[in-house]
Amino acid sequence: MADIESALKGQVSRREVLKKGVVGAAGLTVLPAVLAACSSTAASPSPTPTPAATPTPGGATPTPGTATPTPAAAVTGTFHLGNNHSDPSDLKGVQAIDAAFIKENPGVNIVLNTVDHGTFQDQINNYLTTTPDDVFFWFSGFRMRFFAAKGLATAIDDVWATVKSNYTAGFATSVTGDDGKVYGIPVDYYPWCVFYRKSLFSDKGYTVPNTFDDLLTLCAKMKTDGITPIAFADKDGWPAMGTFDILNLRLNGYDFHVGLMTGKEKWTDAKVTSVFTTWQKLIPYYTAGFSGLTWQQACDTLVRKTGGMYLLGLFLTGEIDTVDTTGAAKKDTDFFPFPYMGNSFDAEKSLDAPIDIVMMSAKSQNLQADMVPAKAYVAYWAKGTTQLLMYQANNGFIPTASDVDTTKLDTLTQKAVQVVSAAQKITQFLDRDTRPDFAGAAGMQSFLLKFLATPTQDLAALQKSIQDYWDKLPAFGG
Amino acid sequence: MSKLESEGLAPASETFSGAGVALPVQRHHHYSLLTAHDKVLLALMVGIPLFVFVILIWITTLASIVLSFTDWQLIGNWHWVGLDNYTQMFTTYPFFWTAVRNNLLWLLFFLGFATPMGILLAVCLDRQLRGGWLYQTIFFTPVVLSLAVVGIIWNLQLSPLAGNGFIDSMLTGTGLVAPANAPNWLGESTPLFGLPFPFPPLGMISVLIVASWRHIGYIMVLYLAGLKSVDPALREAAAIDGANERQTFFHVVFPVMAPINRVIVVVTVIEALRAFDIVWILSHGKEPLQLLSTLIVSNALSESSLIGFGSAIAVFLLLVSLIPIIAYLTRVMRSED
Repeated sequence: MADIESALKGQVSRREVLKKGVVGAAGLTVLPAVLAACSSTAASPSPTPTPAATPTPGGATPTPGTATPTPAAAVTGTFHLGNNHSDPSDLKGVQAIDAAFIKENPGVNIVLNTVDHGTFQDQINNYLTTTPDDVFFWFSGFRMRFFAAKGLATAIDDVWATVKSNYTAGFATSVTGDDGKVYGIPVDYYPWCVFYRKSLFSDKGYTVPNTFDDLLTLCAKMKTDGITPIAFADKDGWPAMGTFDILNLRLNGYDFHVGLMTGKEKWTDAKVTSVFTTWQKLIPYYTAGFSGLTWQQACDTLVRKTGGMYLLGLFLTGEIDTVDTTGAAKKDTDFFPFPYMGNSFDAEKSLDAPIDIVMMSAKSQNLQADMVPAKAYVAYWAKGTTQLLMYQANNGFIPTASDVDTTKLDTLTQKAVQVVSAAQKITQFLDRDTRPDFAGAAGMQSFLLKFLATPTQDLAALQKSIQDYWDKLPAFGG
Repeated sequence: MSKLESEGLAPASETFSGAGVALPVQRHHHYSLLTAHDKVLLALMVGIPLFVFVILIWITTLASIVLSFTDWQLIGNWHWVGLDNYTQMFTTYPFFWTAVRNNLLWLLFFLGFATPMGILLAVCLDRQLRGGWLYQTIFFTPVVLSLAVVGIIWNLQLSPLAGNGFIDSMLTGTGLVAPANAPNWLGESTPLFGLPFPFPPLGMISVLIVASWRHIGYIMVLYLAGLKSVDPALREAAAIDGANERQTFFHVVFPVMAPINRVIVVVTVIEALRAFDIVWILSHGKEPLQLLSTLIVSNALSESSLIGFGSAIAVFLLLVSLIPIIAYLTRVMRSED
């Protein structure tokens, strides 16, 4: 297991870097301030650095004017796009961006291959090793570096050199592989917070809980009012990971969490037991039948105000808009960071805030022929105007480009930006921070479902079986 | 091949020789009754299926067995790990035993309920009921539906109350069940009646009912075809001897149907072992609805790509599957002898 530790360690230090120095920066309402810092560590060994694009040391926000890449001459040709944005609203966003790209480059033909989000993930290994599309959407962090290290992604340092001035250094580190090369363009990110309906809270006289005890008191009160206090659904297997992450971060801190994800810490640790025993207190307040519900169904209870609070990613606003097309429900939606435990880790204000990226594959049969339009397309995603098109399709995806027109972002997004900026430590999400073979449906997803089915079960036995599963995984990268 | 030559080719060559030319029946090494054209045709007819069979069945099966002793992950290096995958499967991996439990339950439920129901329906429909074709169509429809449709239909029925599931909405809407007690048909992993493992959770029972919905129609059609071939004279003779309907079926028709019965049992066992699709559509085989087949897929074919470990589970499933197949084949061969 030593090699996995070292393999994941790179991520640790980079992630630390990613988060530091943000707090205390003035003007946090400005989006580009997010993750702005530490440009000294930005690793981009591009042979042709553009002087104008060099980030200012000290975490200064790039000036939008200088950040905009110079418009390239129109390109022509065909390229293939593997699209995992299969939800209707997200697909519309991709289609709008493709249309805009073709409008600027009339000679380009995009072969769009839309695959169900979950299926795409399941098949990613097979996909990247056999007949991948030229360009595909994926996740930053460990999951990107994993494929980059296996030679299944094409380094795009040349593209990055033209667009990096539009990104803060934190984002730069999130797309840098273990070899120091750049393998992706950050396209969006979203924090995991507790969402609620403002009108429900004001009607019933509820106040936003700041501590975990406040949360439990509020839950008890909501229950007597006939409201399901916490909307929860885990038919998809991954949503429960969000709760594990935040409880572990709050109870045991960022360092322990990352250590656990990378195998340095053990699942049999008493600290993990404390996560489960704390979680036990929340489960009685969950939506009945949560293991048979999809996250969308749980989100609908928030829209109908039968559910009180919901810990999920900001992307849930897309589902709210789907259910309530008038937009009233979304206007009435607000969120708060998961309540604090009153321990030394409160100051970390940590949370999950995964970054999505667009990448280029290495094994695509057409790659050489498609290179020029494909790279132009990837670069196109680095523009604020492009990302705004996606944002307009689904407000859950916060743009990452520095030159994005912040006046186009709604108040909820502005607030999300602030919450992420205020966090000292940011994690990507359990299944992005650890080995994919550990986090899957036959692994961690089922272990968490097993816990949720009988929360009072023999926790020591459960934790041991999780650790055993980890220990039996093939040596990493060796 | 010798069987093929002696039974298949020799008579064919005799037919050719029947045109008037006297040719020796036994074959000589340098003298063939087959023309070059025949040989090419034969080679193609035997070779192509054999080639496909070897590639798709034998090589892949052998590959799975070999892979089960490795830690291959599709990409990157791999190592021989001996029996590690097997020891993990049998000792520390809890979901393996859940899957074995579920497959066994599937088998018992099918043998004890779904298959007998299919037979019962077939016997009823064989009695020339008025509108029998209508019933037949209704019972057979689930078999014809695509699995994606089956998944959608039952997801809508079995969703929890918060997900507007039809059954729960009906139960609570009519006041039969309080909303707080509405069952979570699919996801409920809490042990049924509080009974511990290996007793099944409610979710598994729901899945078995959905699976039976298709299986009953399938068995019904198979059995109905068999019943149609039973000589009516046998029934008449039984009737003349004074046997009632029940006696006629159990003492005359059922024994005559022995070959079909064997096929039905084998089909049922194989269905239970290869059960996959409905569970995959409804829950992707996550806890507590794992089957051996879903564990193979979610370990070996998902983003996990634990091909070695998944292969070990596949080899276990192969060995278990061989038992009914070998039992059936030895019986068939013995009766042929």
